[in-house]
Amino acid sequence: MSHASRGFHGRRRDPEGAEGRVPPGQYVTEDFPVLSAGPTPRTALDQWTFTVGQPGGAARSWTWQEMRALPSETVTADIHCVTRWSKLDTQWQAVSLDTLLAQVEHDAAYVLAYCDGGYTTNLPLEDLTGGQAWLAFGYDGEPLDPEHGGPARLLVPHLYFWKSAKWVRGLRLLDSGEPGFWETYGYHMYGDPWREQRYAGD
Amino acid sequence: MAGTAVRGRLTWQVATVGEVIDETPTVRTIELDVPDWAGHRAGQHLDVRLTAEDGYVAERSYSIASAPGEQVAITVQRIADGEVSPYLTTELRRGDQLELRGPVGGYFVWDAGGAVSPLVLVAGGSGIVPLRSILRHRQRSSSMVPARLLYSARSLPEVIYHDELGGYGAVAVTCTLTRRQPPGWAGHAGRVTPAMLAEVAWPTRQDPLAFVCGPTSFTEYAADGLVALGYPPHRVKTERFGGTGGP
Amino acid sequence: MDALDARALDGNAIAGLLHEVFGTEMTPAIGTCASCGATGPLAECVVYLRAPGTVVRCRRCTGLLIVIVRVREMNCVDLRGLAALATG
Repeated sequence: MSHASRGFHGRRRDPEGAEGRVPPGQYVTEDFPVLSAGPTPRTALDQWTFTVGQPGGAARSWTWQEMRALPSETVTADIHCVTRWSKLDTQWQAVSLDTLLAQVEHDAAYVLAYCDGGYTTNLPLEDLTGGQAWLAFGYDGEPLDPEHGGPARLLVPHLYFWKSAKWVRGLRLLDSGEPGFWETYGYHMYGDPWREQRYAGD
Repeated sequence: MAGTAVRGRLTWQVATVGEVIDETPTVRTIELDVPDWAGHRAGQHLDVRLTAEDGYVAERSYSIASAPGEQVAITVQRIADGEVSPYLTTELRRGDQLELRGPVGGYFVWDAGGAVSPLVLVAGGSGIVPLRSILRHRQRSSSMVPARLLYSARSLPEVIYHDELGGYGAVAVTCTLTRRQPPGWAGHAGRVTPAMLAEVAWPTRQDPLAFVCGPTSFTEYAADGLVALGYPPHRVKTERFGGTGGP
Repeated sequence: MDALDARALDGNAIAGLLHEVFGTEMTPAIGTCASCGATGPLAECVVYLRAPGTVVRCRRCTGLLIVIVRVREMNCVDLRGLAALATG
């Protein structure tokens, strides 16, 4: 058991109105921490594509212009990082994954998201549909900063934020679940913050 | 002999804060009473762990500012939006307790015993802390190793250990102030340049040993600069503090 | 160097963690990158601390060398990115 230090409370705050919005074991932060496992990828918009496809099956790719021409929306969401910070009422500009997935014929149940820089994460397909997930290209009214995953990242707020893959470039539709980067190193395959599913076996 | 300080079990232990000394308006040295301190080598650091009443834990690493044989002390720079440094530099007081683990580090270390290579020490901002441990150790050991220090800081009030740095025997100190210089300033101005590095670098034929410490970008620039002057890469030891809180 | 890489540290920053994992001081240990063959002390590798785990990468090719995740008071260590690790 760690030894408490008098007067130390870190920086987190428990703002009013946060009741019921903060999952177990989380702290609320006002800033937006930048977490990374490697150098920031820099992809020019004229090089950027996003692909949704099933190995051996149909695939669809969008250029930046094509993606931006799709209907988009402003999404307000609470986000929860497995490193224990939560940020409430974050605002994103994004294209719903329902819009993108609807344009690809598939019978898959699982997804592996892959990204510039080599990061991957896995999710059940049903967690990316029904208005639960987006491809986000803007934050707080501005283009998404590279350090926060720009040009575009996944936004899946109902799961721990490592599932909202930064620098995402595509979704591989699969028949069975395949662990992504952090899942391979011991993190939970699903990652529900409300059931505190941080690590495999939780 | 020099290795005994790092061999054996490394465990967290509770330390009690002794004297606190404000070095600059944003930098404080904290002396620590560590019951089972095994001694340390110049250049090593320790990990500090702070736990709040509700269980919230934050961990940071700080270079040891004192020389081997002196009471353990760390020097902490307050980062404006930091989580730990504001607490350590403003709230923490004598008698308070914190957990620490150390000393750690076996690469960015300098032992006076048996040392012959001339030293080049290059510091950016709070990167001066482990180099100060080296300089104090050199002094206390009556070492005859030639040493030069190049220190880059934002302004004169932000130079840490200012009075002490000028007092080491036979250590040439070159200082550059990157943002503000006082009237009549005789030192350098602006960021470190290849010319400044050339000024402090001992000729490579003397097989010098360099220690470079500071923010990541500063450290990489200075280390690359020494290598460009002909220093073999393995003779340029680096310690990156990360972040942009530097010169 | 962009702002994010300026936050990358080096192996010195994880001296304590590596000591905990290996039972001895490891920053001077020489690692060989399994991706590109580069060698050098762990102290000089690129370290990302601000992540769900500790990630150590090769300074030359950015390949993954070591990943350490703390799972329920246990350190889970993956060393597959190292072709070799030599202590003096």
